[in-house]
Amino acid sequence: MTGRRVVITGIGVLAPGGIGVKNFWSLLSEGRTSTREITFFDPSPFRSRVAAEADFDPWEHGLGPQEIRRMDRAAQFAVVAAREAMADSGLDLDDVAPHRAGVTVGSAVGATMGLDREYRVVSDGGRLDLVDHEYAVPHLYDYFVPSSFAAEVAWSAGTEGPATVVSTGCTSGLDSVGYAVELIRDGTADVMIAGATDAPISPITVACFDAIKATTPRNDDPEHASRPFDRTRNGFVLGEGAAMFVLEELESARRRGAHLYAEIAGYASRCNAFHMTGLRPDGREMAEAIRAALDEARADPEDVDYINAHGSGTKQNDRHETAAFKRSLGEHARRTPVSSIKSMVGHSLGAIGSIEIAASVLAMENNVVPPTANLHVPDPECDLDYVPLTARDWRTDTVLTVGSGFGGFQSAMVLTRPERNPA
Amino acid sequence: MTSRAVVTGIGVVSPNGFGAEDYWTATCGGKSGIGRITRFDPQRYPARLAGEVSGFSAEDHLPSRLIPQTDRMTQLALVGADHALADAGVSTGDLPEFGMGVVTASSCGGFEFGQGELQNLWSKGGQYVSAYQSFAWFYAVNTGQISIRNGMRGPSGVLVSDQAGGLDAIAQARRLIRKGSDLILSGGVDASICPWGWVAQLAGGRLSTSEQPDRAYLPFDTDAAGHVPGEGGALLIIEDAEAARRRGVTRVYGEIRGYGSTFDPRPGSGREPALRKAIEIALDDAGLSPGEIDVVFADAAAVPELDRVEATAITEVFGRRGVPVTAPKTMTGRLGSGAAPLDVAAAFLAMRTGVIPPTANVTLSPEYDLDLVTTLPRRASVNAAVVLARGHGGFNSAVVLRSTD
Repeated sequence: MTGRRVVITGIGVLAPGGIGVKNFWSLLSEGRTSTREITFFDPSPFRSRVAAEADFDPWEHGLGPQEIRRMDRAAQFAVVAAREAMADSGLDLDDVAPHRAGVTVGSAVGATMGLDREYRVVSDGGRLDLVDHEYAVPHLYDYFVPSSFAAEVAWSAGTEGPATVVSTGCTSGLDSVGYAVELIRDGTADVMIAGATDAPISPITVACFDAIKATTPRNDDPEHASRPFDRTRNGFVLGEGAAMFVLEELESARRRGAHLYAEIAGYASRCNAFHMTGLRPDGREMAEAIRAALDEARADPEDVDYINAHGSGTKQNDRHETAAFKRSLGEHARRTPVSSIKSMVGHSLGAIGSIEIAASVLAMENNVVPPTANLHVPDPECDLDYVPLTARDWRTDTVLTVGSGFGGFQSAMVLTRPERNPA
Repeated sequence: MTSRAVVTGIGVVSPNGFGAEDYWTATCGGKSGIGRITRFDPQRYPARLAGEVSGFSAEDHLPSRLIPQTDRMTQLALVGADHALADAGVSTGDLPEFGMGVVTASSCGGFEFGQGELQNLWSKGGQYVSAYQSFAWFYAVNTGQISIRNGMRGPSGVLVSDQAGGLDAIAQARRLIRKGSDLILSGGVDASICPWGWVAQLAGGRLSTSEQPDRAYLPFDTDAAGHVPGEGGALLIIEDAEAARRRGVTRVYGEIRGYGSTFDPRPGSGREPALRKAIEIALDDAGLSPGEIDVVFADAAAVPELDRVEATAITEVFGRRGVPVTAPKTMTGRLGSGAAPLDVAAAFLAMRTGVIPPTANVTLSPEYDLDLVTTLPRRASVNAAVVLARGHGGFNSAVVLRSTD
């Protein structure tokens, strides 16, 4: 099974301000933002009161009454995005042996919204230590184990191959797709429905990021609150959403005449083994992941046309990854456009890595690099070309997309235009 | 040629034994770790038994600064990782930092820590939520903390597929070895015996309501009526065989030889459950025939319809009473993502000692044509084993293990 290559043949995206691939790309290419004051609950007790919320109605997206009752919001996102990806791919799973098609769903924080809501009920507002099982919803177990997300997608699509959730914090969205690629390459599967979801905009999440001042307190200007690489940035903006892909082995995808969006040519992850939330400023482990991903893609640093950055908008991240790009790409880092879509759609934790893969693929499709919104005055220590404010026409055949997260995870993926590497 | 992934170290934290040696002595002796819950008062709940790791005090094993930032499952995992590294004779400082990684499974994260912080939030207010909440409860925490404690910077990961995840993690470790890593610490440790975790598990509808520790978890028995949850699990040191040899390892437990994973058809489809397929894929991957397998460690759900599916799958692959089957987890309870790694550890210990541990307390239902090892351990030459694990919703995973002697 050596030499098997993996391509993306279908995309589904559910992002704040951009539900569906078309709307998502409009948002990015126009440089609009979807951050706003939190509406899901009263945010007034909290330090950070801004988020990128999706105006998502599960009914509109074809979910049934029981599905809606059963699934946490993050599971609903994953299923809706997976259905869009399947439809986009034109793949009929009846043509694939059921156990040769699998599912991976990345998620950093699982069914946080469901758990927060249900805890409040069974504990009677935090009053009971011995929480009351008689007030638990029947599907609480599905919130308890986020593996239910993978189960929902598998049921929805009808796959019977390997199914799992990949949960490596904020790199989950890259690692889930990277894991799926490995399953196809090593012959375990021929088709994977892979991506990530998270719906963390809930009081417990807002409180826990408040506690470490990771999220921005820029509450007076919510639309411009996510400001990666800007000198005035002071934390990330929480987001939510999902992106799912149909991944296929290259030759079989070619045979059936599928549209080949991109080849996932290289992927690697490393750990910094440094701190659960802290980053070393030198970017050493991310640089190592980038080098390994390029190596696997048989690409040189000079081949990278665009870097889709993690760009969360925390001071330590922006400097860390700027250092990592310079360390891994050398002088070429200065010639390469770098941008962070978190400036527009916020940071949806485990989901964002997959949403950023979608953005990277669409950048190749359109030969347009999305901008970093809200970037007016760059941090002097962040001295690369971050594509401020407006999208740029830019021939893009190879994209590097990276992620960095709590737990010390650093991941990198290299996407290439399939025609460039004829088999 | 593909590199071989061999197991060189085992760390066990189990309700019936702390450390691999204690665990194995207890397990072969039929000693159970299941009892009435002590970590909270279970009187008000319909299920009251669990497998607790008793007498564990994190302060005895870990630096004090780690205690307030970690859930119990992470404390148990860090100690299990220490045991595994010591057992393998690994000094992580001597190995290339990017050549070592960590792949763990988690089923539900640090639920006890999460309950404490949810209570702070809803009873007192957001400003009372711990600065550690952002990572102490999440599914990736065990991998992250083990990586930090041991300076392991290579490819790593976290898989969540309920109880099947423990095998998925071990298979991913093998995949990373094949891709060039020298050493992966892998397995799973879960712990969620707190009221909030208990209520969530009760909602799953599969807990035994028996009050008798020796009658509560009876897979393949006519009295099967749900399971008892437990806490703990196992972590393994999995190495590239050549790399292990280079660093002077002379004795390994065995090899991770095959893996198969499937997902059951959606409910109501009328299609056959996919566990059998997972076993067949794993055997095929291992290049072994059913006749070469000396023991099967069963998932052992103890829910009659699930037992039926598993017994049927085993019988169809291995023949009627074609292979010894055991489920020593009747002495620990089901440990979430820790269960299958513990079974993998048990399988290697069975190879090393020539003993198949018993499925304690169970009397085989006449409905099943299984050679279930009950009551007493059985002496047997074990060179190859299959371990099965299933997760809520339809996850099926199987691994094939083989001795290398």
